[in-house]
Amino acid sequence: MDMLYGLVIAPFADFGFMQRALIGSLMLSLGACPIGVFLMLRRMSLSGDAMAHAILPGAAAGFLFYGLEILPMTIGGLIAGVIVALGAGAVSRFTIQREDASMAAFYLISLAIGVLMVSIRGSSVDLMHVLFGTVLALNDEALTLIGGIVAVTLVSLAIFWRALVAECLDPLFLRSVSRLGSPVHFIFLGLVVLNLVGGFQALGTLLSVGLMMLPAAAARFWTARVEPMCVLAVLIGFASCVAGLLLSYHASLPSGPAIILSAGVVYFASILFGTRGILRARIIHHRHRTA
Amino acid sequence: MTNTCLTFRDLTLGYGSHPAIHHLDGTIRKGSLTAVVGANGSGKSTLMKGIVGVLKPMAGEVIRAPGVRAAYLPQQSELDRSFPARVVDLVSLGLWPRRGLLGRYTKEDRDDVSKALMAVGLGGFEKRPIDTLSGGQLQRTLFARVLLQDADLILLDEPFNAVDAKTVGDLIALIKHWHGEERTIMVVVHDLDLVRQNFPETLLLARQPIAWGETRETLKPDNLLRARRFHEAWEENAPWCEPGEDAHGDDHHGHDHHDHRHGVGPRAA
Repeated sequence: MDMLYGLVIAPFADFGFMQRALIGSLMLSLGACPIGVFLMLRRMSLSGDAMAHAILPGAAAGFLFYGLEILPMTIGGLIAGVIVALGAGAVSRFTIQREDASMAAFYLISLAIGVLMVSIRGSSVDLMHVLFGTVLALNDEALTLIGGIVAVTLVSLAIFWRALVAECLDPLFLRSVSRLGSPVHFIFLGLVVLNLVGGFQALGTLLSVGLMMLPAAAARFWTARVEPMCVLAVLIGFASCVAGLLLSYHASLPSGPAIILSAGVVYFASILFGTRGILRARIIHHRHRTA
Repeated sequence: MTNTCLTFRDLTLGYGSHPAIHHLDGTIRKGSLTAVVGANGSGKSTLMKGIVGVLKPMAGEVIRAPGVRAAYLPQQSELDRSFPARVVDLVSLGLWPRRGLLGRYTKEDRDDVSKALMAVGLGGFEKRPIDTLSGGQLQRTLFARVLLQDADLILLDEPFNAVDAKTVGDLIALIKHWHGEERTIMVVVHDLDLVRQNFPETLLLARQPIAWGETRETLKPDNLLRARRFHEAWEENAPWCEPGEDAHGDDHHGHDHHDHRHGVGPRAA
């Protein structure tokens, strides 16, 4: 019992920075995982990755002018992300080009600008910092910001849930009964940017996508309905954060990758053992009914 | 005119600069049941999209009588069958006109969903995931959604594609039931025998209306022949349709050209 306490509870009970890291990452999961589920269902899983690259120049601009301060970097990232999301979204909605191509074009341009800006003044250490974040150094400002982002995300999802599901399930139908189709698409892209920006202080621009997509991808193997899928993704996110932080504490590993790799383990386990996974479908032979 | 549901006024719909529906004038009566027939590419689906408003007119307009709500079953649905949803989730989308974005689904709504499924012969299918449905079952599910929309104007674009004979019979019965309820219905159909047996009125299209009226008159051999001669392909260098110049051959419904502005037409209601 004592050993279990020492392994699991003590790190969080004894160290303030671990508590903050836990609170921050749990809050992030609460907002980012349901967003990830919808990204996946809209076949935009890689768009999250693209968006994460896209916010780099904004964050870099904040970093260049104000140093390693969370607010300027966040606002900068938000602006860059919104420009790319709206630009790519608008090109795909109003021209013949599909979203994957327009997104690729916009984020590559954005990423190049970002790398250019970081290289003008910063060293590669700074770049690493922007790219990989530091969950163990979350201050009050950062926690408040993440809390605000989670609140906005959950409230928006609650309000626009029905339209978002309709837009994913049958967009042409939604267009025939309502004008909400395009607004909902852009609100959703905005939420993606918001959650990525919220995550990049803690996990960095690259790894915040991991916390968004991996739990969602894992949850897909367990259920055939959206609501449980979102709940399950959040729970997987929670578990990954706890496991990752403990792993990072005990084995002195960088915390961001530890969290994401924990989610990765859940993902592979889900592929194998999920109710809709490989083993159930291929190896175990079901008895079948007469009709 | 109080008994008019739809009015087409010099309506031109199309893609790029090429019209698929060219200068359509006319009206659809309230409570009428009209079959829309014509060759591939004759503008049938385009007309449907124009009426619903998902395609903006290049010129002219579609005027809906005030308060008329439309339900639309497209030919090529953008439905994502891999989306994790159950039959009941898909059909419940039909509650949108009633409940909108935020309205709660009541017990009564859920009963109506069950009744709609029952009406298309899919009672008890509520909990089935949509990716396990056959093509015909999915089509009937979409009919149930139209049923639930409780619309005054029902637009069905080739609803009988890939549907077996028994199901076609069921769906026709449902359409006739709607007709009995004084709803206005337009259906794109390919099977002319089906049209002759079940549809009082027919619109024969070949980019412009070849004939429009009572089914037996419209589907006369000489009309069908004229429709068949219709040239499907666009001509990249087709002359511009200018005011005062008659660029299109046999136009059934006369129209004037003085208000002819391609590309700046007002939006459909």
